[in-house]
Amino acid sequence: MANAMEDEAVREFILESHENLDKLDREFVEMEKGPLAQERIAGIFRTIHTIKGTAGFLGYTRLESMAHAGESLLAKIRDGELQLTGPMVSELLVLVDRIRAVLKQIEESGQEGVESFDGLRARLLALAAGDNGAAPVPTSRASPAPPAPVPVGEPQFEELPGDSGSAQAVADTSVRVDVALLDKLMNLVGELVLARNQILQFGASLQEPALVGSMQRLNLVTTELQEGVMKTRMQPISVLCNKLPRVVRDVAVACGKQVRVEMFGKETELDRTILEAIRDPLTHVVRNAIDHGIEAPEVRAARKKPKTGTLTLKAFHEGGQVNIEISDDGGGIDPAHIRQKAIQKGLLSAEQAARMSERDLLQLIFVPGFSTAERVSNISGRGVGMDVVKTNIEQIGGTVDIQSHVGQGTTLRLKIPLTLAIIPALMVATRGQRFAIPQVSLLELVRLEGESRKNIEHVHDAQVYRLRGKLLPLLPLGDVLGINDRAEASDDAPAYIVVVQADSRQFGIVVDEVRDTEEIVVKPLGTELKGISAFAGATILGDGGVALILDVSGIAQMTGVVSASRERSVAAKTEVPEAMEQVSKDRQTLLLFRVGDDGRLAVPLSRVSRLEEFAPEAIERAGGRMVVQYRGQILPLIELGQALGQATAVPRSAASPVSVIVYAQDGRNVGLLVDEVLDIVDDNVLLTRNALRPGTLGAAVIQGRVTELLDAPSLIRTQVPNWVQEVEMHA
Amino acid sequence: MSADPLKGGVRTRQVCTFWVNGFLFGIPATLVQEVIRFQPLTPVPLAPATVSGLINLRGQIVTTLNLRRMLDFTDGPQDAQPMNVVVRVRDSAVSLQVDEVGDVLDVDEGNFEAPPQTLLGRARTLLRGVYKLEGKLILMIDPDMVTRAELLNVDPPSQNLWKPAARRVEHAQ
Repeated sequence: MANAMEDEAVREFILESHENLDKLDREFVEMEKGPLAQERIAGIFRTIHTIKGTAGFLGYTRLESMAHAGESLLAKIRDGELQLTGPMVSELLVLVDRIRAVLKQIEESGQEGVESFDGLRARLLALAAGDNGAAPVPTSRASPAPPAPVPVGEPQFEELPGDSGSAQAVADTSVRVDVALLDKLMNLVGELVLARNQILQFGASLQEPALVGSMQRLNLVTTELQEGVMKTRMQPISVLCNKLPRVVRDVAVACGKQVRVEMFGKETELDRTILEAIRDPLTHVVRNAIDHGIEAPEVRAARKKPKTGTLTLKAFHEGGQVNIEISDDGGGIDPAHIRQKAIQKGLLSAEQAARMSERDLLQLIFVPGFSTAERVSNISGRGVGMDVVKTNIEQIGGTVDIQSHVGQGTTLRLKIPLTLAIIPALMVATRGQRFAIPQVSLLELVRLEGESRKNIEHVHDAQVYRLRGKLLPLLPLGDVLGINDRAEASDDAPAYIVVVQADSRQFGIVVDEVRDTEEIVVKPLGTELKGISAFAGATILGDGGVALILDVSGIAQMTGVVSASRERSVAAKTEVPEAMEQVSKDRQTLLLFRVGDDGRLAVPLSRVSRLEEFAPEAIERAGGRMVVQYRGQILPLIELGQALGQATAVPRSAASPVSVIVYAQDGRNVGLLVDEVLDIVDDNVLLTRNALRPGTLGAAVIQGRVTELLDAPSLIRTQVPNWVQEVEMHA
Repeated sequence: MSADPLKGGVRTRQVCTFWVNGFLFGIPATLVQEVIRFQPLTPVPLAPATVSGLINLRGQIVTTLNLRRMLDFTDGPQDAQPMNVVVRVRDSAVSLQVDEVGDVLDVDEGNFEAPPQTLLGRARTLLRGVYKLEGKLILMIDPDMVTRAELLNVDPPSQNLWKPAARRVEHAQ
């Protein structure tokens, strides 16, 4: 009992401290702008003091002593004994980061760790003792700071007037509510809306004046209630934006640039799950803008621009979506430069490049591995980034657009949906069952009727359709899901091809009926059904019935559409895809794993269905082979160390679970027993064709270490011969 | 209160009982969220055969499990309208389809016994024990076990990876 109470106290402490630290980040940066209100310093002091006190109470002594050092410094500043200087702010920010790191550790392990942070403590105390900057300061500015509150050359920050100050008051009027409770309220309101709709229909036929009156009231109240509850899940984008000034400051200092941030529309509201999803892409874009976009002060001066660059963030609602614009007034992206880089990297031939419009050239920065940066910094320029931003945003159903003018700057526009909990979806039916297909993955619909049904052709046993001259693989939904056909559908009945896209590959889902697009509320399936990759969740329809939501990429994986080696048929929206294909051929996402003591091996991630761990006792022997029951099937296992003839088979401890890579081949799975799954890398792989031993394709240097590429297909053929025969019998 | 409602110091305990295939089963009443009459079900393709489908329980989507199949009984009559006993399992709810709902009974802890050694198969895993009442036994279902994957997959694998339908066979011959 006492333990539970203590856990609760620790949780509360962590939650509260995180909130306070976020506020601190912003305030420290504000502080640097110049002399500031006494009350603000006092506020910062209180936050650190609270953390110190609670940490001491809970027995986290290292955290306590670290906070204490910061507190001593802050006390002197508060009392006017010391002037706030740049190095102080830097150290205090380091302190905030360290506290965060320790909190994270406490959250994960319950322990505060063994690091004592003596250096930081000493520096803070030295600063507090008036030793202004003489102590080693591990930031980019090692020189003693000038006495003025804002050192010359320091990046300057400015938020819009009126944005700061009032934050305190809001916190006082709010209550912290568990998200699970909000979700439950959403559910109930959804049901209330359904019941309301049914009553309205029923009541309309009765024509009872008294009833009509109360029905109207019910109607109004329900609608308002629904809106209100939906709002509770929304959070202003300022939750994210408030962290940006800190990011901007750090990056600007590291790059030696002067940057001012302007933010508009911080009150724009978004669902919290979306906010979470755009956090990283947004940070990345901002870093990029400072590192690549905004020029160094000397360059700016030479170009007759103000020395301090401006980064503008604008958020606003438009057409049921949220737009976020990130613009800088930097050098812009030179299309000629991109053209040259693209040719140099072999993405485009000189001829192709000459034909491309400037707009299309700009799109190239979203190609994996493409970077125009002259040099690689630790912030950006390694050519990973913009493609990740684009993928992340597209994953939540958003889009990314870029505009740039040489010499004037670049604007990146993110369009994101308001919420993930409610998504537009196309309702379809097949063999009497209704399903929802998320609009995000939907490209177009093709209706086939009468004669045109014959346009479905067969390549061996696979159905295909010629869509504008290209073969589109078809998956009849009823077959994929194994729904038994009660009445054999006549060949004349119309059929619909729902053309969808998963992982940049198109295919058609054939259904009997296409109904309507609806805004549906996504609800999770129970854990007992989580293993079925064909479904992303379920939703409740207008009539109170339940419909399953199809997971288009899950279906693609299940049926082999994605891993099939057919040529990529990326939507021909721009001319870029050709280039993308080129890059992706060289780039591969690989799963790295370890077998035995030293064997580092890799397989293409695209062939890996899952990573699993099995208890040793779950592994059974059948027909002289190791097998395990897996999702209702028998999964044959291959002990890789043995199969590869590794001399020193490391004995497995009988108690620890066994790592298994579930590898898909010919639409079926085989389990590869490995000692440890190491990492997933996305890399250009230069394979030497000389295999070091049978069962491998060759070796490559990945992450600076020699890694062998597993020849899984041939290995499976030799290790599990019957199994392969069985598959061939089907074919 | 102990975390395990079947053990602990309390002498009597309330059990929600129901009938499946002529046997009287029970589940601790504290875990039963509600009992509802037959609901139209949305079938879940590719799911294990014990999953009858999904129901809409006031906006919450609840998986319904077929207890007859889980206990290796034969399926009930075609037109049967089984009742739903909605049980809280960990943080979510599942619904158990039963033939008929019985009373909530007060049982004496002293009358609890482990399942007999001769009970084999899936029932052994699913049953935690038996309460001996006058003239009848209550077979106590272990609520922690009902969503275990090994109990759900009864039939020959129903969750096949996709095999293209009949056409493939024609070609082979």
